[in-house]
Amino acid sequence: MSLKKSPWLLHYDGSSCNGCDIEVLACLTPLYDAERFGVINTGNPRHADLLLLTGSINHQNEEVVRNLYAQMPEPKVVLAVGICATSGGVFADCYNVKGGADKVLPVDVYVPGCAARPEAIIDGIVRALGVLEQKRAAAEAKK
Amino acid sequence: MEKLMPALAYALLAPLAGGLLAGADRIVSARMQRRVGPPLLQPFYDVAKLFSKGDVEVNSLQYPLALCHLLFMALAGALFFGGGDILLVIFVFTVAALFLVAAAFSSASPYSFVGAERELIIILAAEPALLIAAAAIYKVSGSLNFHAVAASGAPLIKQLPGVFLCLFYVLTMKLRKSPFDLSYSHHAHQEIVKGITTDLGGRTLALIEITHWYENILLLGLVYLFFAFSAPLALAAVALTYFLEVLADNTNARVRWQLALSSTWTITLLLAGGNLLALYALGGN
Repeated sequence: MSLKKSPWLLHYDGSSCNGCDIEVLACLTPLYDAERFGVINTGNPRHADLLLLTGSINHQNEEVVRNLYAQMPEPKVVLAVGICATSGGVFADCYNVKGGADKVLPVDVYVPGCAARPEAIIDGIVRALGVLEQKRAAAEAKK
Repeated sequence: MEKLMPALAYALLAPLAGGLLAGADRIVSARMQRRVGPPLLQPFYDVAKLFSKGDVEVNSLQYPLALCHLLFMALAGALFFGGGDILLVIFVFTVAALFLVAAAFSSASPYSFVGAERELIIILAAEPALLIAAAAIYKVSGSLNFHAVAASGAPLIKQLPGVFLCLFYVLTMKLRKSPFDLSYSHHAHQEIVKGITTDLGGRTLALIEITHWYENILLLGLVYLFFAFSAPLALAAVALTYFLEVLADNTNARVRWQLALSSTWTITLLLAGGNLLALYALGGN
């Protein structure tokens, strides 16, 4: 129950054009006010429950993304926000782009869009919370 | 027994009151930014979640150090409200803060180090003001015991306005509010993102949050003391003080550590030191 009520997220901008990043920040503005659901944009992987990725994965940020994910405590979920993080989008065939976030991390929720709308992002976060609860239940069952 | 009851009440109820205060703080902050804000109980949800995250320590020292941080802070508050010597309370309070610094220094992260160094600067900046406040309280009321000072009926605020203003300034640091949230902030817009807690997560961070609730109640108890001659007035003053701190938090950008340190010491010297000197110069007892 408590996991659901306090989602702290870490936002990493892979190689996004900043369109999705602006929309992520828009979620925290008075109009959308994601803090109503307890969402905090922590900026510190050790405090985060959700990893929110924007932009496609390329050869340079691959290690960074892996490192951030590894530093997050279990249970944790990954959100791919925007079409670039989902599949690479129009950049999928570029020589420097590996593709979507799922090329390096187990993505739990996809929020497509160019740019993803704040409503869609908040909906994605709420869905991710469901996955978070499932993961915790699975971890407890294992014990 | 008379001493034990308030001390026990503090140890048991301060986390509750502090958590509610933190929740109210977040709602008031949100309203200042024209947002709705989280539920009042959000800080409790956060701490419960942090405990459920299990252990994520990077070494075996962090958790015991955070535990000592909590225990010494609770001890400082219990001493304060139990009627212990305020000077002793200040020393225990500082020891508690040093345990947090030690926890941050125990990790290898450079961000954690920067946070720990900044926390030391905050301790350094705040200490003289607290000690002068204790000396001034003794000068006016003739006691360093919370209950004796309150019972003496001495209107501390009338004789110690400078000391109180200085304490208000220092409180901004200790409550971790802008412009002095150098080492750790509740906001996400800081350059050294989570400063002192960079490598402290999960249950360790939960302990640090609870300690911060203990700390806030203790500090507000000190504010209470200045108006203790009238309980309703004192409670109103505490509420107003906290509100003004939240207002300062939402209307100020963070300053550099140099300015934080020098301005605090200047204000301590001028306002609190001047106030104390004036008390001696004007005589009285």
